[in-house]
Amino acid sequence: MSALSFSGGGILAVDPVPWARGQMAFTLACHIILVPLGVSWAFMTLVANWRAIKRDDRDALLLAQRWSKYMAVTFAVGAVTGTVLTFEFGLLWPRFMGTWGAAFGIPFAVEGLFFFIEAIFIALYIFGWKRLRPWPHFWTGVPIVVAGIGGTLSVVAANAWMNEPAGFTLNEAGEVVDVDPLKVFFNDAWPYEASHMLVAAYLVGGFTIASVYAVGMLKGRRDRYHRLGFLIPFTVAAIATPVQMAVGDTLARWVYENEPTKFAAIELVPETDSDVPETLLGRLDAEGRVSGGIRIPGLASWLSDPSTGTGTVVQGIDAFPADERPTTREVNTVHLAWDVMVGLGTLLFLLSAWYGLTWIFRRDMPQSRLFLRAASVAGVAGVLAMEAGWTVTEVGRQPWIVRGHMKVEDAATTNEGVWITFVAVVVIYLALAVTVVLVLRSMSRRFRSEHGDLVDSDVPYGPREPRPATAHEAEQAEQTEQTEPAGG
Amino acid sequence: MDDAVAVVLFTAVTAYAVAGGADFGAGFWDLVAGGAARGERPRALVDHAIGPVWEANHVWLIFALVILWTAFPEAFASITLTVFVPLTLVALGIVLRGASFAFRKSLFATSQRRVFGAVFASSSVLVPYGMGAIAGAIASGRVPAGGEAGDPWTSWVNPTSIVGGVLAVTVGAYLAAVYLIGDARRLADGAMVDYFRRRATASAVVAGGVAFVGIFVLHADSSYVFDGLASRALPLVVLSALCGIGSLTLLLRPPSRGARLLAIGAVASVIWAWGVAQWPYILPTGLKVSAAAAPQATLATVLVVFGVAAVVIVPSLALLYALDQRSLLPGEGADPGPVGSVVLDEQTEIA
Repeated sequence: MSALSFSGGGILAVDPVPWARGQMAFTLACHIILVPLGVSWAFMTLVANWRAIKRDDRDALLLAQRWSKYMAVTFAVGAVTGTVLTFEFGLLWPRFMGTWGAAFGIPFAVEGLFFFIEAIFIALYIFGWKRLRPWPHFWTGVPIVVAGIGGTLSVVAANAWMNEPAGFTLNEAGEVVDVDPLKVFFNDAWPYEASHMLVAAYLVGGFTIASVYAVGMLKGRRDRYHRLGFLIPFTVAAIATPVQMAVGDTLARWVYENEPTKFAAIELVPETDSDVPETLLGRLDAEGRVSGGIRIPGLASWLSDPSTGTGTVVQGIDAFPADERPTTREVNTVHLAWDVMVGLGTLLFLLSAWYGLTWIFRRDMPQSRLFLRAASVAGVAGVLAMEAGWTVTEVGRQPWIVRGHMKVEDAATTNEGVWITFVAVVVIYLALAVTVVLVLRSMSRRFRSEHGDLVDSDVPYGPREPRPATAHEAEQAEQTEQTEPAGG
Repeated sequence: MDDAVAVVLFTAVTAYAVAGGADFGAGFWDLVAGGAARGERPRALVDHAIGPVWEANHVWLIFALVILWTAFPEAFASITLTVFVPLTLVALGIVLRGASFAFRKSLFATSQRRVFGAVFASSSVLVPYGMGAIAGAIASGRVPAGGEAGDPWTSWVNPTSIVGGVLAVTVGAYLAAVYLIGDARRLADGAMVDYFRRRATASAVVAGGVAFVGIFVLHADSSYVFDGLASRALPLVVLSALCGIGSLTLLLRPPSRGARLLAIGAVASVIWAWGVAQWPYILPTGLKVSAAAAPQATLATVLVVFGVAAVVIVPSLALLYALDQRSLLPGEGADPGPVGSVVLDEQTEIA
């Protein structure tokens, strides 16, 4: 993010480094929105599918089928935007890849396997509804879930390695001459970062999908179909949220011990000290002093290590040489992103608690419009929290691309035309983003206007006869009318 | 061990060419299928044929790139620095192709489908051209060693790159037409069988012609690879020609069964001929495979991953193709009554 905020030079500056950073940040920021859907939506679809088969639940079946159709679109866009990232490693960071590819590439080789499995089985699942038998069809969906988890753990292994590089031997010229693949993949940061991202994928994916149905319910579509469409993903997200708080807390403490520069930026600590206050918002001014914000005395020290309480010493930014720590602007970015992530995460936790407690005491979800309104923005909040968390880990690592070994400025391409590709990428991605939303909405409208009919009527395959409603459907229509007083 | 990894890399490239290449070729036929009315049936067949498989086929590209940067990082750095322009075009073309294909399938108004169809089809030509041009840049020795940048323009705007680009487009179109004959036959669509048989025959002739002209271009422009093709890779060149002629013969004589395998053979042997011809260089004639190779443990990891892929991915792909070929993956979503006795609910959305 801070990559976009380079100073001076004007828009036509030909220094490739800020443009390369900007393009990478932008394309990653776009791609990461699709990641939770790719990782967790298949799981939620299978929950609905399982319920459909086990309990002969038509609403759940319809939900699973429609979700799989939406997934076809989001997966396709995720696959191609992910491919762009693959190209960008070379196009934007050739010197990084040339030097470190032998180590950094290993997690991606593993990820390639999972991506393969995902692409194959998602095709089987999406296209298999009509002709495969129910249970075999269900099982073609399971590898998608497994591959989504495996792929996440692999990709994050590569990112964790950039924070905590390990498993290689350098010669005097700084070339990688030996590699320990297991140490590369299972580097020290991996368990914490990978679990944090994996839980995030379920949390964000769950809130995102549930928020669509929350909007539908606010518009008066309170039938059983929308209820299920809300309950399945929201329950997944509500379970993931407290887990995420614990995982995130563990990760933060690990960062305190192992990445002190990043931690100093997170906590906005200019000078090494004990009894460090937790500063909410606020920023470093030009002199490197904390200005503004709300200070909670001693809390940052206490949270860093509760066993030593407020006596815990937190290293400040000034403990590190100026060229080996984030700039003041980057520190402010990291700190703000951290506050956004923790703040939104806390709100999502409260929302989950509301849902959970209501479920425990009333055996039902909260029905109030306030809850639904909150739930309908939870998706956006989740995505923002995830973007903020990713900003913390990336900007907090600056100026390094491989911490302690290679700086970003030494890794970037020397190609001065990067600004052109940056502009082209932004234009295409914005068009893509708008189109994805429009396409998904048009699919949703079409599903509704067809009254649940999923058949693609103007595709030359599988025309079908109109069908009279069954007794079960008539009964459901009655229920719908009872629970739903008026539209809108 | 670096030899083995180079073989793995070329296997991935070959798989991408014969699977993903045909998906681009299908886009080519989509592009030249004519207006909305005239092109409706071939476009519907293209949609139907590549819908379930193109993403899985596309992964071979990711796989090849990952192997390249992991096992031969120096070569990857040189390539990305030199052919920055076509690589960028290819990446953006891939985005536009994949996304617009998915959008077109999900939209139903003809005007919308036409826009995304046009983007899908034109990027389906741009991408293979760019890839062929990049292959030409490498083969003609225009990508320097040492993670250095070669000329940003002449590296891929040159005789060998033009031949490579045109060859990639025509070969993809040829493969696609041959595959689409089979898909049309599966759907018992006789008109489309003839439609694509004519196109397969024509594109076989064109691809063969381009390859033939390419030999003279290589002679003038890429002497190292030409010498390789004329000596150690000659058997593969001959094999490719025989497969090509064989598939053409079968195409001319209905029902043309077996043309598909021979077409794959023709394309695969061309790619291997290229690989053998530029051996032992990964970037002729500056960087040898052995010099570019990553440390042994990394190469071993790549081989292990490929072994796992052979055990896990190949059967999965076989399952996908087998179900697809048996028409068990007819389309997204479902007809009524797909889950045993369960039928679709028709009024849940009435609010």
